[in-house]
Amino acid sequence: MSRQMTGAEMVVTALEDQGVDTIFGYPGGAVLPIYDALFGHQSVKHVLVRHEQGAGHAAEGYARSSGKVGVLLVTSGPGATNAVTALTDALLDSIPLVCITGQVPTHLIGSDAFQECDTTGITRHCTKHNYLVRRVEDLPRILHEAFWVASHGRPGPVVIDIPKDVQFATGTYVGPQNIVHKTYQPRVKGEMDRIRHAVALMAAAKRPVFYTGGGVINAGPEASALLRELVGLTNFPITSTLMGLGSYPASGENWLGMLGMHGTYEANHAMHDCDLMIAVGARFDDRITGRLDAFSPGSTKIHIDIDPSSINKVVKVDLGIVGDCAFVLEDMVRLWRSEGHGADRAALAEWWGRIDGWRKRNSLGFANSTSVIKPQHAIRRLHELTKDRDTYITTEVGQHQMWAAQHYGFEKPNRWMTSGGLGTMGYGLPAAIGVQMAHPDALVIDVAGEASILMNMQEMSTALQYRLPVKIFILNNSYMGMVRQWQELLHGSRYSESYSEALPDFVKLAEAYGGVGIRCEDPAELDAAILRMIDTPKAVIFDCVVEREENCFPMIPSGKAHNEMLLPTGIDDWGAPDLGAVIDEKGKMLV
Amino acid sequence: MNALTPAPASPPSPYSSALVTSKAESHTLSVLVDNEPGVLARVVGLFSGRGYNIESLTVAEVAHADHQSRITILTSGTPEAIEQIRHQLERLVPVHRVTDLTAQGNFVERELAMVKVRGRGENRMEALRLSEAFRGRVVDATTESFTFELTGAPSKIDHFVELMRPVGLVEVSRTGVAAISRGPDGM
Ligand SMILES: Cc1ncc(C[n+]2csc(CCOP(=O)(O)OP(=O)(O)O)c2C)c(N)n1
Ligand SMILES: [Mg+2]
Repeated sequence: MSRQMTGAEMVVTALEDQGVDTIFGYPGGAVLPIYDALFGHQSVKHVLVRHEQGAGHAAEGYARSSGKVGVLLVTSGPGATNAVTALTDALLDSIPLVCITGQVPTHLIGSDAFQECDTTGITRHCTKHNYLVRRVEDLPRILHEAFWVASHGRPGPVVIDIPKDVQFATGTYVGPQNIVHKTYQPRVKGEMDRIRHAVALMAAAKRPVFYTGGGVINAGPEASALLRELVGLTNFPITSTLMGLGSYPASGENWLGMLGMHGTYEANHAMHDCDLMIAVGARFDDRITGRLDAFSPGSTKIHIDIDPSSINKVVKVDLGIVGDCAFVLEDMVRLWRSEGHGADRAALAEWWGRIDGWRKRNSLGFANSTSVIKPQHAIRRLHELTKDRDTYITTEVGQHQMWAAQHYGFEKPNRWMTSGGLGTMGYGLPAAIGVQMAHPDALVIDVAGEASILMNMQEMSTALQYRLPVKIFILNNSYMGMVRQWQELLHGSRYSESYSEALPDFVKLAEAYGGVGIRCEDPAELDAAILRMIDTPKAVIFDCVVEREENCFPMIPSGKAHNEMLLPTGIDDWGAPDLGAVIDEKGKMLV
Repeated sequence: MNALTPAPASPPSPYSSALVTSKAESHTLSVLVDNEPGVLARVVGLFSGRGYNIESLTVAEVAHADHQSRITILTSGTPEAIEQIRHQLERLVPVHRVTDLTAQGNFVERELAMVKVRGRGENRMEALRLSEAFRGRVVDATTESFTFELTGAPSKIDHFVELMRPVGLVEVSRTGVAAISRGPDGM
């Protein structure tokens, strides 16, 4: 099927052919021809954001909750530079995006023309790949290639920079069926010998643990189903990174909770003391490993990852398996069954006994209060009151994000959207908009901090325009809480610039946008207020006023090992840790 | 060019202290890429962005019909870092293949240099004699100068340049290293 059309029409036709139903964008001079081609278009719906960063995060939320590629369309110069944070966010969290940017006409490139910037130069380091399209003949191939590259192998953002004259030029459109990428052909099936070896190691393990990550989510719902099956077959304990929450249900018996800097006592101790670690789609990030030379010192390590460069990047592993998690897990399940493997039951029973001992420390415990809302309690109530609905959670970045990860029990994959690798404040609201576009009837909640939410507050206007009933649930502690906590730990409680001064009245702010505002300060009224939020068929800002100086525990201080955690206080007799003394000079250098 | 100056040794991070165990070695990598705009910037940017060293880099199109270029990179790092560099290069979308020639064992390495020397009388004659000993060719001459063309392993060129210093070295232009494996097989 080849037809004559303009470059701008090719863009829209390619979106249609790629099955894209929604794009997020913001117009400007250098993309006017594409906006013209979109005018009155039936199958591709355009969502007008209020800032291009918002378009990027919305596309991320859309992608991560639907498993599809997220698409954004922005103009040249400031449109492109505004999108850079979201592109970087998608790169670090392996989210498939296609970002179309307008560019000044080819004959003006390099002349410092109005709204010209070197978009491919700027985004080279924050995209998986990028293209500057100089000829309309190349455009159809590049458009389809971009979708292929974004979604195959380890997913990531791809930029297509299209000069305005190329958008106007006429050429021959070619459909996606004719596009085969000549160099980019990532391996999806794992090597059978290695998988067999892995299964043998698992059968012999005495203290095994699954350590899973965002790769399982990216490998699709089948990967999560296979993971559950494998955990069920082996009865091994399982923990997950922030990005992997939901691939194994939080209510599952073998669930240890999240691991890492704010992970549970049992998850981190199991990682430290295991004899076999099975890493699936996780990348040994520094939030996970803590001090590297003390990271799980006695274990044999298996690492399954689609990106060969992830294997042995930070932690040397004994057995690397390159492949898509879903394919590898499928082979593992099949081999485990067909070769009649069984776990070492006696050893496993002893291992579970130790784990139960760690669980008894109740590391997510906190001292609740009847006079002030504790943030952990607020998340637990939110979970309780929303868990039987079709709920999706996004977050901003800070303590509230960690509390949501710790206390909201995720049962399914693709329900949890958070900025893990880049830690981008301002991610949650636009991401929630993207999620709501993909799931119009679902309950979508952005768990926010009062500081973070102000970073992309303008997207409230987008939510109202498209009648998206997203809920912004602010844990308002009047502080950049995570910054304040670090200042308490590292800088002698000198709270330099971390107090949220001159906050807006969030209730009035919601109303000013045409939404609904709810404030709650009394623990006794919390449930009713949350229910009111859920039942409001409109965008809501919920100002949940919480304990100001609550710290997020457990915590592995920077530069410390998994078995050197700080635990919560006030619920047991552990005594308050001497916060100033827990981090040494070397640790203070870290972030 | 910035990317060609070796990155200063950064203080070891407490996060990565477990990895700095082995000693740095020099490796020659051959990288076959699609010759599309920006491909060199991608490769060079990868090295600067991730803090790897480039000691030498050459690039030229080797298959015009397929628009493929071959990049030869001389880099140094621990064996773990070299493995990481190879994987990171393979991850770039326009990269077809990466071969670590040093790890493969047997390969030939050549560099071309042009060396300009200024002097009169005995110095001038000495420069000419030395260049003959190194199988250099005279590509330009005036009554008070010679420009020699020299091909060989980088160490041979280094050596020659040192010898030219006392007899009137003016400047040197080097191509960087081109390398290919020995034996009948391609990369
Ligand atoms: C864009 C951006 N700037 C700065 C930071 C550093 N930072 C991390 S958490 C945080 C404070 C967040 O405060 P708030 O949104 O109120 O959340 P809380 O920690 O209080 O729950 C800051 C400033 C960041 N992560 N992102
Ligand atoms: Mg706060």
